[in-house]
Amino acid sequence: MTAVQERTWTTVCRYEDLLPGRGVAALLASGEQVAVFRTQDGLHVLSNHDPFSCAAVLSRGIVGDRGGVPVVVSPVYKQAFELATGRCVDDVEVNVATYPVDVWDGYVRVGSP
Amino acid sequence: MTRTLVVIGNGMVGHHLVRTLTERGGDWRIVVLAEEPRPAYDRVALSSYVDGWDAGKLELAPVDVETRLGDKVVEIDRAARKVVTEQGFVQDYDALVLATGSYPFVPPVPGHDRANCYVYRTIEDLDAIRAHGGVNGVVIGGGLLGLEAANALRLMGVRPQVVELAPRLMPLQIDEGGGALLRREVLRLGLDVHCGVSVAGVEDDRVVLSDGSELPADIVVFSAGVRPRDDLARTVGLEIGERGGIVVDEGCRTSDESIYAVGECACIDGRVYGLVAPGYAMADVVVDRLLGGTKAFPGADTSTKLKLLGVDVASFGDAHATSPGALEVVHNDPVSGSYKKIVVSDDARTLLGGVLVGDAGAYATLRAFVGRPLPADPGSLIAPAGAATNTALPDDAQVCSCHGVTKADIVKAIGGGCADVPSLKTCTKAGTGCGSCVPTLKQLLTSCGVEQSKAVCEHFTQSRAELFEIIRATNIRTFSQLVAEHGTGSGCDLCKPVVASILASLNSGHVLEGEQAALQDTNDHFLANLQRNGTYSVVPRIPGGEITPQKLMVIAEVAQDFGLYTKITGGQRIDLFGATVDQLPLIWRRLVDAGFESGHAYGKALRTVKSCVGSTWCRYGVQDSVGLAIELELRYRGLRSPHKLKAGVSGCARECAEARSKDFGVIATEHGWNLYVGGNGGFTPRHADLIVSDVDTVELVRIIDRFVMFYVRTADRLQRTSAWLEAMEGGLDHLRDVIVNDSLGICADLEAAMAAHVRDYADEWRGVLEDPVKLARFSSFVNAPGVPDPTISFREERGQRVPVKLGIPEVSAR
Repeated sequence: MTAVQERTWTTVCRYEDLLPGRGVAALLASGEQVAVFRTQDGLHVLSNHDPFSCAAVLSRGIVGDRGGVPVVVSPVYKQAFELATGRCVDDVEVNVATYPVDVWDGYVRVGSP
Repeated sequence: MTRTLVVIGNGMVGHHLVRTLTERGGDWRIVVLAEEPRPAYDRVALSSYVDGWDAGKLELAPVDVETRLGDKVVEIDRAARKVVTEQGFVQDYDALVLATGSYPFVPPVPGHDRANCYVYRTIEDLDAIRAHGGVNGVVIGGGLLGLEAANALRLMGVRPQVVELAPRLMPLQIDEGGGALLRREVLRLGLDVHCGVSVAGVEDDRVVLSDGSELPADIVVFSAGVRPRDDLARTVGLEIGERGGIVVDEGCRTSDESIYAVGECACIDGRVYGLVAPGYAMADVVVDRLLGGTKAFPGADTSTKLKLLGVDVASFGDAHATSPGALEVVHNDPVSGSYKKIVVSDDARTLLGGVLVGDAGAYATLRAFVGRPLPADPGSLIAPAGAATNTALPDDAQVCSCHGVTKADIVKAIGGGCADVPSLKTCTKAGTGCGSCVPTLKQLLTSCGVEQSKAVCEHFTQSRAELFEIIRATNIRTFSQLVAEHGTGSGCDLCKPVVASILASLNSGHVLEGEQAALQDTNDHFLANLQRNGTYSVVPRIPGGEITPQKLMVIAEVAQDFGLYTKITGGQRIDLFGATVDQLPLIWRRLVDAGFESGHAYGKALRTVKSCVGSTWCRYGVQDSVGLAIELELRYRGLRSPHKLKAGVSGCARECAEARSKDFGVIATEHGWNLYVGGNGGFTPRHADLIVSDVDTVELVRIIDRFVMFYVRTADRLQRTSAWLEAMEGGLDHLRDVIVNDSLGICADLEAAMAAHVRDYADEWRGVLEDPVKLARFSSFVNAPGVPDPTISFREERGQRVPVKLGIPEVSAR
């Protein structure tokens, strides 16, 4: 038998409230801060913590691509993180957490990791 | 069969050896045993640790080998070929490398072991010095490390005095003339220097000198040289040099053929070198030998170039003219603070060495010519603008002395496809040490005909100026249309703000309107300056630095009510720090109601027009500098440009507004105004150049309009006016032709564009406060507005709130 772990979902905002190509910060029920991005290829959620500056600011970075791979660039020291995987493009040893996200009845929901 | 190499010591040289061996391959299993508790770091850059106290920034790229930190090797069994550590770890070896480095020499003067005495060699030393603190410090030793230690103390707020036994500073590297200039420059920084005296004793609060004088000292730092750490080698009977150091042959092998020694613990040709470059060269020799080669130590290049307390100091070759018959050619200009000496052979044909203090620009070229025929008359080589060109460098001249890379290596890499400095660094390692050869790398790229790309980023092949013309000439007003028609991909953090800035320069409405909002970097997105803990600072515009007591009170009340840290800026304004995203609109509501506007401190835009008090009050002023500064600031406020723009107006030739360090500066004359352009402070200071003189206010404003708009249209991304002017073909004469004589016939167009900017200007913060959609974005959390970011916390310092640094541990006081 496979153990099923219950996933907690937090409703964040209306999908329409998200600016395309930009992020917002949200607070999960667990107290974690996440960065929610709306891009051409959908929604992405990363931890809001920038591992280089230790400030909670990734949601305020510029979204774009590096070699076609969608990234957000930290506004502090400008390292890029892949939106899909959380991998840091500029330092292979650094990752930030990613979170599941979906749209339910017009509202964006972020799941526990 | 795999053999085992044990390396004792994990300093820069040990690390270089391990890294090079790993990269070259071969079937060596490598085990590193180190006494120091932390991974290898850049000890040469130790003094930069004081800036931010972030040890991580000094760390060297990790190498994936077995490494045991914090466990000192205490025993070598040469017969059984194994080593034993303090904690009892035993490791066999086929080859052993001693890279144990050196330790600071502390002269045995009375009191040298008191609690206020420190040395300057490791991160731990600096942490201890910081924790001790104090008002007055004494650095014993005025060599290279002593001056770095003195600077570190200065940066920690301690007032240092330097004591040097020799009659001048840096006696090993520079001569009397250079020492005299260095001393003068250092004194100007408020650092006291005592040469030609020794220390008689250290007490709890002072240092007593040999001439009986006393210096107050809460803290004493010894930097009187280093000694090789050869104690382990001594105990196992390896041959030791007369003055210390493990004796090695040209293959860096000790008297035991399985044991090598490299770096500051080794004694080669009877000498011990305390520099990293000879250490790297020794490491390269050992790597080659381990892989079966026959490389021999090529002799040490002890050339040095560094910036000490802001003064360039360089020394190369036979700096002290010790070669028989050597001649010295000296150019000494105490007025501009430059001392240059070259040492040549008795027939004045061969360059032997030299000393440069104050202006070391010719270092890279001159050093490469050591031991070679002079490329020009000796005097012209050190005359003020007469450095030889690099294209004249011989192929085997060393360009990067840290990694021993020659001009031929660089040219070969360029031929192999390296088209920029970063790829040259990766390919050849040149420029990855001290970095002083990077300008030479650029020149070599240019001389090899490699055009330095001006493309904005991977999404646009065009330069910023070309994108500006495309947008201006077409009706494209969105990034998505621009990238679809003229670029590729979806954009990035380089091109998006560039396009946002161009759109703003072309009067495309509020910077946060519609799609433009997504292009702005965080400062422009929140119309405030991001600080290290994720909060922002706020700078209201104070045109010309003139402000009423009532408005000052409003700023004071806002700062008090929101608990903001307050500091006066260099641009005659007030910066309010520590505002969270959701506080920004509340703060600006109060400021806008009191008549303040955005100061654009967050934007690549006009910042401030600084002024002196001018003829209204000043006994010497000849024009109303404050009035003009306010007029100019209100005229150009809000104009987005390739980089920030700073300006100044001085009311007389005394130049109290420092206008010549600005992008454009105005200085009053008896008959009108002189206009200077292209000045800069900061990293590369440049005095602005005079472009027109004795013009009236109307003519002055017309020329500034043209200057600023021409810059906005044609400069590269993040290129200040100084660099723009320096790079301009034809330089100042061409600029004058374009904006004064209208040689391109574009002046009417430039003036019209500026008139449109002045007409359409609106305060950005008022625009946000009046629009609920924009206002809604100023929220800490989209699902919990008003809940503060839990990672932000403050502590108190000198009566104000300052951020608790994130992730950087505080050093506890002893």
